[in-house]
Amino acid sequence: MSHSKEKDNLLTIRGLRIEGKSGDHWNEIVHGVDLDLKRGEVLGLIGESGAGKSTIGLAAMGFTRDGCRISGGAIDFDGIDLVHATQKVRRGLRGHRIAYVAQSAAASFNPAHRLIDQYCESPIVHGVMSREQAETDAIDLYRRLHLPNPEEIGFRYPHQVSGGQLQRAMTAMAMASKPDLIIFDEPTTALDVTTQIEVLSAIRDVVRDFHTAAIYITHDLAVVAQMADRVKVLLKGEEVEEADTRSMLDDPKEDYTKSLWAVRSFHAEAKADISTQSTPVVSVSHVSAAYGKVPVLHDVSFDIHKGRTVAVVGESGSGKSTTARVITGLLAASDGEVRFNGHVMPTSYKQRSKDQLRQAQMIYQMADTALNPKQTIGEIIGRPVQFYLGLRGKARLERVRALLDEIELEPDLYINRLPSELSGGQKQRIGIARALAAEPEFIICDEVTSALDQLVAEGILKLLNKVQKDFGLAYMFITHDLATVRAIADEVVVMQHGKVVEAGPKDAMFTPPHHAYTDLLLSSIPEMDPDWLDKLLKQRGEA
Amino acid sequence: MSQFARAEKAEASVRKGGRDMHPLAKMVLQRLGLGLVTLFVVSIIIFSAVELLPGDIAQQILGQAATPETVAAFRAELGLDRPPVERYFDWLAGAMIGDFGQSLANQREISSLIGGRFANTLFLAGYAAMIAIPLSVILGLLAALYRNSFFDRFINMVTLSSISFPEFFVAYILIVFLAVRGQVFPAISSLNEDMSLLDMLYRAFLPALTLTLVVTAHMMRMTRAAIINLLASPYIEMARLKGMSQARVIVKHALPNALAPIINVIALNLAYLVTGVVLVEVVFVYPGLGQLLVDSVANRDITVVQASCLIFAGVYILLNLLADILSIATNPRLMHRK
Repeated sequence: MSHSKEKDNLLTIRGLRIEGKSGDHWNEIVHGVDLDLKRGEVLGLIGESGAGKSTIGLAAMGFTRDGCRISGGAIDFDGIDLVHATQKVRRGLRGHRIAYVAQSAAASFNPAHRLIDQYCESPIVHGVMSREQAETDAIDLYRRLHLPNPEEIGFRYPHQVSGGQLQRAMTAMAMASKPDLIIFDEPTTALDVTTQIEVLSAIRDVVRDFHTAAIYITHDLAVVAQMADRVKVLLKGEEVEEADTRSMLDDPKEDYTKSLWAVRSFHAEAKADISTQSTPVVSVSHVSAAYGKVPVLHDVSFDIHKGRTVAVVGESGSGKSTTARVITGLLAASDGEVRFNGHVMPTSYKQRSKDQLRQAQMIYQMADTALNPKQTIGEIIGRPVQFYLGLRGKARLERVRALLDEIELEPDLYINRLPSELSGGQKQRIGIARALAAEPEFIICDEVTSALDQLVAEGILKLLNKVQKDFGLAYMFITHDLATVRAIADEVVVMQHGKVVEAGPKDAMFTPPHHAYTDLLLSSIPEMDPDWLDKLLKQRGEA
Repeated sequence: MSQFARAEKAEASVRKGGRDMHPLAKMVLQRLGLGLVTLFVVSIIIFSAVELLPGDIAQQILGQAATPETVAAFRAELGLDRPPVERYFDWLAGAMIGDFGQSLANQREISSLIGGRFANTLFLAGYAAMIAIPLSVILGLLAALYRNSFFDRFINMVTLSSISFPEFFVAYILIVFLAVRGQVFPAISSLNEDMSLLDMLYRAFLPALTLTLVVTAHMMRMTRAAIINLLASPYIEMARLKGMSQARVIVKHALPNALAPIINVIALNLAYLVTGVVLVEVVFVYPGLGQLLVDSVANRDITVVQASCLIFAGVYILLNLLADILSIATNPRLMHRK
């Protein structure tokens, strides 16, 4: 490390070690990481969950979460030693010279205050400018970030503004005191792809215009490719490698980095064409539904055949999950009908027989909350075995063990564990086993991989693919991630505002010409090309 | 002012502001209607419960020596020989316009009998609330700010001990130290209408302090818990990452979001201050409604008992309604629709 390099640095981290408290003892979670950042430079930090990205990002502000502490190393921000600085000095820097943009703006804005009040707080408290000046600046920044009604939007409360707008308002808030450094902690992860584009381009322009240095934390490689000048890959609290963005994308050196790059290459093999004459396992025909008086589904129709996967895609609020609720009978359709194997199903699950209930099972997005934390894995999977198949005692146990084998978890090791003793991917496997326990013909997978890291998600997709072949299952795969669709779907249904806008075989869907909305969705998926965002914005600008 | 007149006034004021705050006004009207229904049900319960009380007022007043004929004649004079349902509706109709009838024991108008007493009770409750509410909210905030410190534990211990003792015990301890040995405040809190406000405050200090000690722990602990509950929220972390001091984080960022549970516990304690002061009033010979209620039960003066109970019930319902409205008024999600 040359001396002159450090001299130019805005932020220099050397040998950073951070410990987290679990029970009574401290475990090291960041094992000696170095980091250099020049003024105006954007560094991408990527890695799976548990890699220590956020912890390092917060440490760059001299901040550790409760139950964490910096146990070694040095953090130098523009000549200030953040490890040993007093609380007061560090507080004086935060929100003033170093700012933070959180993953979920909806949760990170205080629901009790108007946006502009929250914007003005840092500059006023840190004595940077007057309230009037701050408000004028806020409106200017809102305009630069392409927020609608910049003069007026600040006077709304967070719940009155959409997620994508909130994320931009949070970026504006971070810029309020004209900081030297902003930490972006997964700022677009919670957004739909179409919204993500707007936020990405807005963030990038503002950071460039103000010549602000940034640490951009994400697990999405394609996003980091658009945003960062340099990329650092982290794994379990250690650096894997670092390079400038283009060379990292073109020529990753380490195996782990290559495996990350390769995740998106998984594809289920194409299945033989089905005869359209056969009776579909599930047939949704002309279904409309409403929550109370608010209509959410309008004349939705599609079929799912044995052994096939139908991906239902669309932005949040497009009616994907509501369709699933109608199929399972959790929400009664106001019009239209749902058929299983040609038989019309009662609209409410309460009127369905046990056998009808057995036929359709669900796997949920949040395996964390979908598994009873007080029950062992054996009980969780054993319950549907007993309820639907009437197996008890030894027969039930044998069945549970067979299911654990099926999901590739060693029965002896896992059958007596509690969900809290499993990783996120393992929990999702239990969710799959529980659905399989009912011996269904049809499974609804509701965003089952979106809470998982890419490598883990790939494992789940492969497992679902294998299980489908073993049992000839039909899947309805709800997702907003089109990479997942490419990997696993046979047919695609695109939904918008509660209507099906386009439906057909996957290949046809990914080949132009599309419906305008499908086109917007598809073109919004970030690609692993550093110039993708520029090209796209240019294209859309021309159109 | 009768319960109904009070409700009507509240309703009218809501209607005035109803044009620009439509959802809130609608909610308030709904809750008011519900409150009136509750009050109606409560009035039935009160009336039937009092009917079921053993003993007979005519017998009580005339004494054991009275002949059955005299008792019957007296009962007829008091109207007690009419069927209960008829008497109930008579009573209810009267109560609606603020006329609770006459005391059976001394034939005085109940509204005038109760009026002064009720004002005294409200005065005492208000006095205690003026001390207890700011005290417990501030203590709760401080306890949340310095949570798990010595200060936090000390405050918890003191307030918990004061709530653990029966209130008459707290009252007597205060009398011993502040009235008998210290001779700072009077042990008997008799009030009359000629007193100046300062004098009244001075005289009622010991009962107010007793009540404060009894209710502070609950409100303080709820404030502390409501604040601490929020400290793990992302927006609290965000405030810290904006460089805000711990005190500002708690007062500016946590407190506004914790107001609903705090307001509810305050309302509950206010209701207790109005309706639960019987023992304290008796100890300090304070001329409030609680003491009147106790006396009337002893005298079988059922009309007074009924009226007092109905007023207490009305206060409870009104305070809870107020808590609901304030909780909503402090929640921007409900005040500012999308």
